[in-house]
Amino acid sequence: MTRTVLTVDDSRTMRDMLRMALVGAGFNVVEAVDGEHGLEVLSAHRPDIIITDINMPKLDGFGFIEAVRVDDDYRAIPILVLTTESDPAKKQRAREAGATGWIVKPFNPEKLVDAIRRVAA
Amino acid sequence: MDELEAIKVTFFQECEELLADLEGGLLAMQEGAGDSETVNAVFRAVHSIKGGAGAFGLEPLVRFAHVFETLLDAVRAGSVPNTVELAAVLLRASDILADHVSAARGLGDVDMAASAAMAAELETWTDPNAAPVAAAPAVVEEAAPAPVAVAEPVVAADDAMDDDDLGFIFVPQTISVEAQAADADLVPSNVWTVSIRPKSDLYRKANETALLLRELNRLGPIKATLDDRALPALEDLDPEAAFVTWSVRLETEDDEAAIREVFEFVDGDCDLEITRGEAAVEDAMASLLAVAEAPAPVVEAVEPPPAPVIEIAAPAPVAEVAPVAPAPVVEAPKPAIAAAAPAAATPKATQVEVPGPGQSVIRVDPERIDRLIDLVGELVINQAMLAQRVGEYGIAPSSNLAMGLDELEQLTREIQDSVMAIRAQPVKSVFQRMPRLVREVANMTSKQARLVMEGENTEVDKTVIERLSDPITHMLRNAIDHGLESPEERKAAGKNPEGVVRLAALHRSGRIVIEVSDDGKGINRERVFGIAVKKGLIAPDLQLTDEEIDNLIFLPGFSTAEKISDVSGRGVGMDVVKRSVQALGGRISITSRPGLGSTFTLSLPLTLAVLDGMVVDVAGETLVVPLAAIVESLRPKPEEVRPLGPVGSVLAVRDSFVPLIDVGQALGYRAHSPHPTDGVVLLVEGEDGSRAALVADAIHGQRQVVIKSLEQNYQQVEGVAAATILGDGRVALILDVDATIAMRRREGGAPRPTEPTLIAAE
Repeated sequence: MTRTVLTVDDSRTMRDMLRMALVGAGFNVVEAVDGEHGLEVLSAHRPDIIITDINMPKLDGFGFIEAVRVDDDYRAIPILVLTTESDPAKKQRAREAGATGWIVKPFNPEKLVDAIRRVAA
Repeated sequence: MDELEAIKVTFFQECEELLADLEGGLLAMQEGAGDSETVNAVFRAVHSIKGGAGAFGLEPLVRFAHVFETLLDAVRAGSVPNTVELAAVLLRASDILADHVSAARGLGDVDMAASAAMAAELETWTDPNAAPVAAAPAVVEEAAPAPVAVAEPVVAADDAMDDDDLGFIFVPQTISVEAQAADADLVPSNVWTVSIRPKSDLYRKANETALLLRELNRLGPIKATLDDRALPALEDLDPEAAFVTWSVRLETEDDEAAIREVFEFVDGDCDLEITRGEAAVEDAMASLLAVAEAPAPVVEAVEPPPAPVIEIAAPAPVAEVAPVAPAPVVEAPKPAIAAAAPAAATPKATQVEVPGPGQSVIRVDPERIDRLIDLVGELVINQAMLAQRVGEYGIAPSSNLAMGLDELEQLTREIQDSVMAIRAQPVKSVFQRMPRLVREVANMTSKQARLVMEGENTEVDKTVIERLSDPITHMLRNAIDHGLESPEERKAAGKNPEGVVRLAALHRSGRIVIEVSDDGKGINRERVFGIAVKKGLIAPDLQLTDEEIDNLIFLPGFSTAEKISDVSGRGVGMDVVKRSVQALGGRISITSRPGLGSTFTLSLPLTLAVLDGMVVDVAGETLVVPLAAIVESLRPKPEEVRPLGPVGSVLAVRDSFVPLIDVGQALGYRAHSPHPTDGVVLLVEGEDGSRAALVADAIHGQRQVVIKSLEQNYQQVEGVAAATILGDGRVALILDVDATIAMRRREGGAPRPTEPTLIAAE
């Protein structure tokens, strides 16, 4: 069964990179451009895994994760956060918001699929 | 790697947008916008550039963006105050960031010294106590980017990751404690005991113990034991809470760090103990046995939860067994990555949905549009020829044929307008490069300048857009370098030390007008006049109006800068700008008010393809006068014509007098003008608003003509803007109204020199 990954990132480049890696690994990909959009896409596509950026307009990654976690329908979805090595504080905040794990940028497809495997059954 | 290349193209496109956002946000900050959304947007722009650059291994760009981002993050957090001075620094940093982006793209180089200096400056802002010295060389050394491999997607989702399939199954199994204990002596050195006690937070974040076990199993065969003694009775059970502890015996060649890495995501969300050897397993077994021997009474009340023992191991057979407690055992083949193959084989079958904001844009090769425009041009000429033939046959204007032709003409025009609209672009693409230029020039000349732009969305044909950049660049440089005073001078003059340079685009009578004005000191006419005399450009006794003196700066060989500055004195004077503008059928002029500033006005046709014109006869030649310049046409009465000077004359039009110019004489077709009352007068207005009355012999009517460049096909001729092909196939010249007025003004109405300009109108 093909699983669906929702990627939420305001950068087109990053969305494209994620899509390339995920499609290459056999996932179905849906995309959103910010947290608000992410919540809309979430209810429309019911993804199995979510990968989200943190710095986004409208609703940032922290807010997005919190919103997913308070929703009984979606709170069990694993969420991976895209983060940079340099920022342990942000990683911590993302975890407090309810992130399942993280992917350090820049990532390569193996790292990405590895992180998904670790959080998704 | 086509896909990756395509993403790289996207990245650079996105960089352009992000850099524009960055600059916009920083300019807003400089204007005093300190709201968090602006600062956040600025931060995100740099952050996204860095993120993408990291993915492509563009190291120098990443390094610089990182330093930049760090400062912006501090500003965002409020630890560095958001001030106007800071915004100025950030703007300069954004310029260098743009250079890095261009360099990464293979367009141009980065001044690494400047970049290092800026990085150091940014770091000083971030932390005033940090020694900036360390940062500088670090950035300079980045000439050779360390390649970062971006691998092809290799590992596919293995089938072990399918829904509800953890890659292992529960199998009831019995355990011999004795056997375990007996084996203890034989424990190899690569055995580890991992004790995991999840907290409820672990589950709240959608982590899953079973997945952790699966990950451990990737390191080697495991045997996991569940301690559920803390599990309360069902009625007391908080389903969200965590009660169990796992003990895992792991055999692996990997080190402790590798084991710890499995728990990276749940660090802090579970109590974790990793010990070498098997002791802990025995402890766990002992406690397990204790439970089995003395089951808690509550357990009996409900379905007693079995004490499960899970073995997740490749064919490591568990030794034989006295039944102690029924225990489910999980047995599974090692989740094989090789099983990924079938999934990976059909990656392209996966649907990608992009529910992003929809835009429907068609990309067309510009050459196709150019070809279309050429064809429409031919159509216009052809239609004109047809109309002329019909006229020659004396067909009544009310006839069906003539009416049909009128409709054809309308359609042709509409097609032409529509096609031109396809190629029209807002001048924004040129304007958006200018803020940086202004900053750089201001920096170099130690001036303070603020650029105000208006009319960025004014549309103009692509052919014109491409030619706007150079003259605008020159005019802006000139405005800052020569126009604006130094901050001290400005203060002394009671002005704001920061000068304002205004760049505006507007449509005016079928042309695009670009104005560059400054609030500087204006042109020093005395000095300009003196220089022009000294350089032998004009006679010392020449009487000139203020405006004429101002425009002396366009004379070839004129340069007002006493010292050659970095900025303007690059050997390209305003005369070169003027010539290139004229070559496009454009004009440039300057007006100046001492102490208040100067304004450069550049006007160009909206398109270099077509023109609405009035066809006139002059001395047996057919000429086209651009309709945009014509205010009215009239037949003068004898009493309205007044002589002025020895040969000149003026025309009284209502309350004013307008110089009379015989077009035939101006272009050298004839030495002696007929009396104006014998011909038709076209009242025209030049770009600078000056009026003149052009005398022609007869008027043929209005026509749209396709412009054919005279410069490209012949050479530039003063007083002539371009040429066209008329309906009957003849070549007609298009009059340059402003040049004609200027010629007359320069010669003070004197008759033209005897050698006529040779113009072949064939």
